[in-house]
Amino acid sequence: MLKASRIFLIISALFLLSFGTVNAEEQAIAGHEPAGEKFNASKLIMEHIADSYEWHIAKFGDFHLSVPLPVILYSRTSGFHTFISTKLHHGTESYSGFRIGNETSKYAGKIVEVATDGSEVRPYDFSITKNVVSLFVSITLLLLIFLSIAKRYKENYNRAPKGIQSWLEPVILFIRDDVVKSSIGEEKYQKFLPYLLTAFFFILINNLMGLVPIIPGGANLTGNIAVTMVLALITFVTILFNGSKDYYMHIVNAPGVPWWLKLPIPLMPFVEVIGVFTKPFVLMVRLFANITAGHIIALGFYSLIFIFGEKSAFAGYGVSIVSILFTIFMGLLELLVAFIQAYVFTLLSALYIGMAVEQHEVHGEKGH
Amino acid sequence: MGLVMPDFGLLFWMVVSFSLLMWLLKKFAWKPILQGLAAREDSIDKALQSAEFAKQEMLKLQAGNEKLLKETLLEREKIVKEAREMKDSIVREAKNQAVIEANKVMEETKAAIVRERAEAVNEMKSVISSFSLEIAEKILKEQLSDNKKQKDLVSNYLENIKLN
Repeated sequence: MLKASRIFLIISALFLLSFGTVNAEEQAIAGHEPAGEKFNASKLIMEHIADSYEWHIAKFGDFHLSVPLPVILYSRTSGFHTFISTKLHHGTESYSGFRIGNETSKYAGKIVEVATDGSEVRPYDFSITKNVVSLFVSITLLLLIFLSIAKRYKENYNRAPKGIQSWLEPVILFIRDDVVKSSIGEEKYQKFLPYLLTAFFFILINNLMGLVPIIPGGANLTGNIAVTMVLALITFVTILFNGSKDYYMHIVNAPGVPWWLKLPIPLMPFVEVIGVFTKPFVLMVRLFANITAGHIIALGFYSLIFIFGEKSAFAGYGVSIVSILFTIFMGLLELLVAFIQAYVFTLLSALYIGMAVEQHEVHGEKGH
Repeated sequence: MGLVMPDFGLLFWMVVSFSLLMWLLKKFAWKPILQGLAAREDSIDKALQSAEFAKQEMLKLQAGNEKLLKETLLEREKIVKEAREMKDSIVREAKNQAVIEANKVMEETKAAIVRERAEAVNEMKSVISSFSLEIAEKILKEQLSDNKKQKDLVSNYLENIKLN
């Protein structure tokens, strides 16, 4: 009974948060509409889901309320540069040869170095961008949560779970028993459990933080291809290093396939090798696309208000009711997606690893 | 398309910080948490097993108690029965012994009586004979003092012989 009421509280809190998204995004959209300039929905959406050198919170008239972030660059011609992002004045000015690429540039929105002949060269960019800050915040949160929980298990494991521990323990048990153990098998699952648990909670917390509109939430971290790429690469490397002899033999010489598919043209091995790479690739794209799409759709509904508002104020107000309802719906859907995608990434990683470490051959199960 | 091109900087930070996160969590969070969970499951398992064991033991003990009780009752009955038998046999033996003793005493007494009587009769006989001799002597002395009487006597004897 207590559990149910607690879950209800959490859900309603998250609901309120998604409601909060509504207001903050509304502000942001209003801020992005300079007088006389036409409202550009795709620019707004792209700016929102892309990375940024500053953490924009709101804009009142000409005043930008944003948190400046440090820029760290390594140029092949002029070495290391470190400065604060306010020096670039939101991309309108250049600073010691660096500026943010404009919309027509190949590196739109990224810091570029202007060479002597006027061409733009991208330096090695180690800047602490909005996404990097979000990454650090999420990691700090994860460490705080799990180290405090771990302390309770270290003190006395026989005590009943308390506080956030009672909320996370079933999740940890679910990942351990129903995801990892069932996919990899009783003998080998323990080796991969730390990575899969870390990946699950990392993706989950960043998905949820992406739904929170105010700082430090709101960055589209798990909807960034670089982040999902690293996660998928870790799974890929894990598979390559832990693949059993059977797994590699299966790639070279798939059993149960007619010989003429292997000789003289190695068609099956070719398909199998592609399969090795598509698995992590799919992991990378799925997470990226799902989270980014959610953000795009929610923002798209908001943009509708302003697109109609430009035609007539009444149309704008009329559409806003529908838009807000739809965005609340999307917010709830995204909440579900946040959990589902974290689960799916972990489950598929576990399945791929399980298939790779398995000693006996399994037929007709490739899992694409 | 900037959206699907991974940023070098973010890739770098992600690799560094995720590796750090994974290492820290693995060492300081997952290890104690997973060990704690496993230990708890183990202890619950053991507790259930020992409870089951204790239950079995209890049942065994109960059965043992009942058996013991039954045995004790049987033993008691047996002892009582034996005691009764012993009592009976002692009484019977005592009776027999008493009868035998009594018989023996009776026989001895009878034998003594017979012996005593025989002795008494013998003694009486000798006393009577000596008395009769004395009497006869006195009578003879007295009788023979006068002739007439001697003659009577002799005639008397003769008469008696005749009669015979």
